Amino acid sequence: MRALYRRVGAEALLVEVADTATAQATYRVVRRLVADAAVTIDPPRDLVPAARTVLLDGVDIDGWRKVLDAHAGAIEAERASSSPSTGRDVILPIRYDGGDLPFVASTWGCTPDDVVRLHAGARYRVAFCGFAPGFAYCTSDLDVPPTPRRTEPRTSVPAGSVALAGEYCGIYPRAMPGGWQIVGTTPVAMFDVTQAQPALLQPGDRVRFDPIGHRIP
Amino acid sequence: MTAAQGLRVVQAPPQLLVQDLGRYGWAHLGVPPSGALDPASLALANRLVGNPEGAAGLEILRGGCVFAAQGSVRIALTGAQLPVRVDGRPRAWGAAISVGAGQRIEIGVASAGLRAWVAVAGGIEAPVVLGSRSTDTLTGLGPPAVRAGDLLACAGSPPPPGDGDATPPRQATGPVVVRVRMGPRADEITPDALRRFLAEEFVATESSNRVGVRLRGASGGLERRSTDELASEGIVTGAVQVPSGGEPLIFLADHPVTGGYPVIAVVDRGDLSRCAQLRPGDHVRFTETRGQVPTPPAAPAP
Repeated sequence: MRALYRRVGAEALLVEVADTATAQATYRVVRRLVADAAVTIDPPRDLVPAARTVLLDGVDIDGWRKVLDAHAGAIEAERASSSPSTGRDVILPIRYDGGDLPFVASTWGCTPDDVVRLHAGARYRVAFCGFAPGFAYCTSDLDVPPTPRRTEPRTSVPAGSVALAGEYCGIYPRAMPGGWQIVGTTPVAMFDVTQAQPALLQPGDRVRFDPIGHRIP
Repeated sequence: MTAAQGLRVVQAPPQLLVQDLGRYGWAHLGVPPSGALDPASLALANRLVGNPEGAAGLEILRGGCVFAAQGSVRIALTGAQLPVRVDGRPRAWGAAISVGAGQRIEIGVASAGLRAWVAVAGGIEAPVVLGSRSTDTLTGLGPPAVRAGDLLACAGSPPPPGDGDATPPRQATGPVVVRVRMGPRADEITPDALRRFLAEEFVATESSNRVGVRLRGASGGLERRSTDELASEGIVTGAVQVPSGGEPLIFLADHPVTGGYPVIAVVDRGDLSRCAQLRPGDHVRFTETRGQVPTPPAAPAP
């Protein structure tokens, strides 16, 4: 499907695409155009990727529509490319000590040990961030049923909890209420405002989990 | 600059926050813009005392606060028209006020409107987090809320006074009219709900805050066309969202960066000032605008 452009007020453009992979590709191409100064138009004040959209906030709407149309081929190529042009590789140590492993196992139709093996073996990509600063929604190459959220959200999920919901894996950057199914814990700080890049995981980053203190069955 | 220059908080209102013009460029990491809910009023207050428009000032909810000047300071009050007295003598709203060392500044309660901004010559000192000194009530980024006993130090030397901005008072009578552009998801509610959105009056409710103004319709919620879940997507300040209950809400500066309910319209930037002043019980009417509405950055509303 071609991108669908929706005006958002006087100065924002919502680009709606077919799937998360195309949204990610669109985000990366716009980032690259701005970083390489490949376009003369003013860059977005904020650029927000999401599940099937990318929001360009604080822009000349018609100008950016033309830019995106002109780079439709580049976005398609980026989507198809096996070595996307932006994003870093991040390895997160994880302890598979989550209380929801049995629930996830029943959802996936396997044992908790299988969940650990599958989760640790998968490759992830940060699709977008939201919910809280530094909370990354990661998609993966796992072929498993979507994981329902907890019917009773926890009033406080500890910082570093690695959890699943729907098709996503996310890591809670700080303690907060939450309804995702917790499979493990990472000791790494996900969000630190004293760093030049405050979020450890940014849209486009490639992620793998490295189990600690757990023998992979 | 002397270390002691600033304001000692003797009495704080229900909410007293340090705000500048917000933190932009981090939405892709889940960081809301935050900043003064009425950027134009903070910018005006800053100009009145000679500051750059984006200097950090104070956002006062409802009013009712007392400060003791540490050293001599120059301040200006904009937004809701709160009465201000220095050592008991009435002083001007919307103009620079010189306050001597040790003098007591009393800011009264608003008879109309909800929020006021105080600029202090030199700006207010607070740690810069991701480019801004603003308190973000949604995520907790930025300095904590200001409390009685706190010392708000000046960030820099007081600049020479500004040269005479006019400060137009607001004369609001009847329902507040807010201009919107329809979309991006106006097609997610029924045609009848769309008609009612632009025809009926809505009432601001008690659960409104810096994240958003929550509204109640005169004849119930706005119905969705379908109950299909919408994938989360990016949100802008001023977005009018229709959650599952159908009661619309206007997102303000501390809004989450994404949301999963349809945004049916977006408030023109020039009318966000009005939204920031809506009290629980105030009536709001939306009117559609299509043409180019001038939205000068951080200029006082005419």
